[in-house]
Amino acid sequence: MKTAGTTPGNGVLLEVDGVTLQYKTKQHLVTATYRVGFSVHRGDRYIVLGPSGCGKSTLLKGVAGFLKPVEGSIRLNGKTIDKPGPDRMMVFQEFDQLLPWKTVKQNVMFPMVTSGKFPAREAGDRALAAIDKVGLSKFTDIYPHMLSGGMKQRVAIARAMAMEPDILLMDEPFAALDALTRRKMQEELLQLWEDIRFTVLFVTHSIEEAIIVGNRILVLSPHPGQVKAELDADDHSLAGGAGFAALQTRIHDMLFAERVEEEKVQ
Amino acid sequence: MTQSDTILPPARPEFVRDTLDASNIGEIIRPLSVWERISNITGVRRVFILVVLALIWQAYAVPLDNPLIFPTFTETVQALWTVTASGELPARVLASVKVLLMGYAAGVFLAAVLTTFAVSTRIGTDFLSTLTAMFNPLPAIALLPLALLWFGLGNPSLIFVLIHSVLWPVSLNTHSGFLSVSDTLRMAGNNYGLTGIRFVTRILIPAAFPSILTGLKIGWAFAWRTLIAAELVFGVSSGSGGLGWFIFENRNQLEVANVFAGLVTVIIIGLLVESVIFRTIEIHTVRKWGMQR
Repeated sequence: MKTAGTTPGNGVLLEVDGVTLQYKTKQHLVTATYRVGFSVHRGDRYIVLGPSGCGKSTLLKGVAGFLKPVEGSIRLNGKTIDKPGPDRMMVFQEFDQLLPWKTVKQNVMFPMVTSGKFPAREAGDRALAAIDKVGLSKFTDIYPHMLSGGMKQRVAIARAMAMEPDILLMDEPFAALDALTRRKMQEELLQLWEDIRFTVLFVTHSIEEAIIVGNRILVLSPHPGQVKAELDADDHSLAGGAGFAALQTRIHDMLFAERVEEEKVQ
Repeated sequence: MTQSDTILPPARPEFVRDTLDASNIGEIIRPLSVWERISNITGVRRVFILVVLALIWQAYAVPLDNPLIFPTFTETVQALWTVTASGELPARVLASVKVLLMGYAAGVFLAAVLTTFAVSTRIGTDFLSTLTAMFNPLPAIALLPLALLWFGLGNPSLIFVLIHSVLWPVSLNTHSGFLSVSDTLRMAGNNYGLTGIRFVTRILIPAAFPSILTGLKIGWAFAWRTLIAAELVFGVSSGSGGLGWFIFENRNQLEVANVFAGLVTVIIIGLLVESVIFRTIEIHTVRKWGMQR
């Protein structure tokens, strides 16, 4: 709750202020996050990290506008988010987020054209540039079902970035990939960030991924998700160093301690 | 557990090798033989089956030698040729197809309206499920007596039963197709700011296209069947009846070869629509998109 009440401006792009999110299942009303607050600055690689069930994906859906908070507010550029929109492009974990009836290029163009943000011709050029950025120039006219999982995620990232959204929302985009591809994609994402300096809100359950990708890590506790800590991770991005390992242990202990306490209570 | 203490894997030396350049390995990709490629063409395999069936027909009918009960394949082909050349059969086919297309188009349109209503509201969903549960099992032809009473002898009655035969299967399949569109795709669509009718046309319809196509195919088969059956019951009042009436007339005149020719025409038209029109649509949509093998 330390960021609650931060005034917009000063590079603050996204403000999440005391947000409680609930969703309904058939039998229960589940409180996914309880009074979560943080703010993302322009150019941040902001990680939301937590074990499964801490409501991190729900939180991202809240920011995307798919879910309205029952308490608190989410503001982008000072404006309250109330519905999904192309100013926040989402990259999902699932591979089926690409439209199977469109080629790679058409997929990347689709949101640019339908949202009316760019005219068709410019959208085409921007799509090609974005596809080139993620290294898929050879595959522009191919349908998604012929691509591997990693390539599909690259297309999804290209599609999101070509829109030049205010913020990129990534919901465990590499979780369904094999370990080698995941590692490569993390490096590529960092390289892209070096090139373009976008703002990204990145949800993951992997401590390692959080430290590699992020410059700022929000640690959530589970059931319901509450802010446990916000950590700085900028210096540790080159994996393998002593700082990396120390931070990894620190976060691990933080999440592990929670579990021990829980067991004691039970 | 005691075994793991005694049995240890032996220590082995490590090794590192240079892999061969691909050109040294020789044949990596080999084209399939001509025979394999020919048998890979679906059309060739289907035609082969048809030829075998025709041979069996001929082999059965020739020794039977009873053109009044079961004419041979060649006699049927001859009869087919005569009635086609005289222009009688094409006129009948045209009459049937015209009515069919009108009924089919109207049925599909109504199905589109009904499913749009069903996806947009919950009461619409209930409405559709109840109606399809009630009317889908009801054979369209069973409504014909009632239709004749309401609309009289003529095309309107035929179109009424055709609509009934098309509407329910198409709505049912389209609706279940819409329901099976993944949440991820829906969220992706919403993320781009698509809502309402734009969301339906740009996300839901293409994403549900395999089911929609299945619905259209089933609807087509039902419609064709219903039409021929309905025409068998009564000729169209304008005098030049359809294909079903052609079959009925020839049976009355004991022109059995012509009856067979009529039946073959019904089958051929069914096959053509299925294997040419729907297949072409399939190849250029769901197969190209990898949504169906």
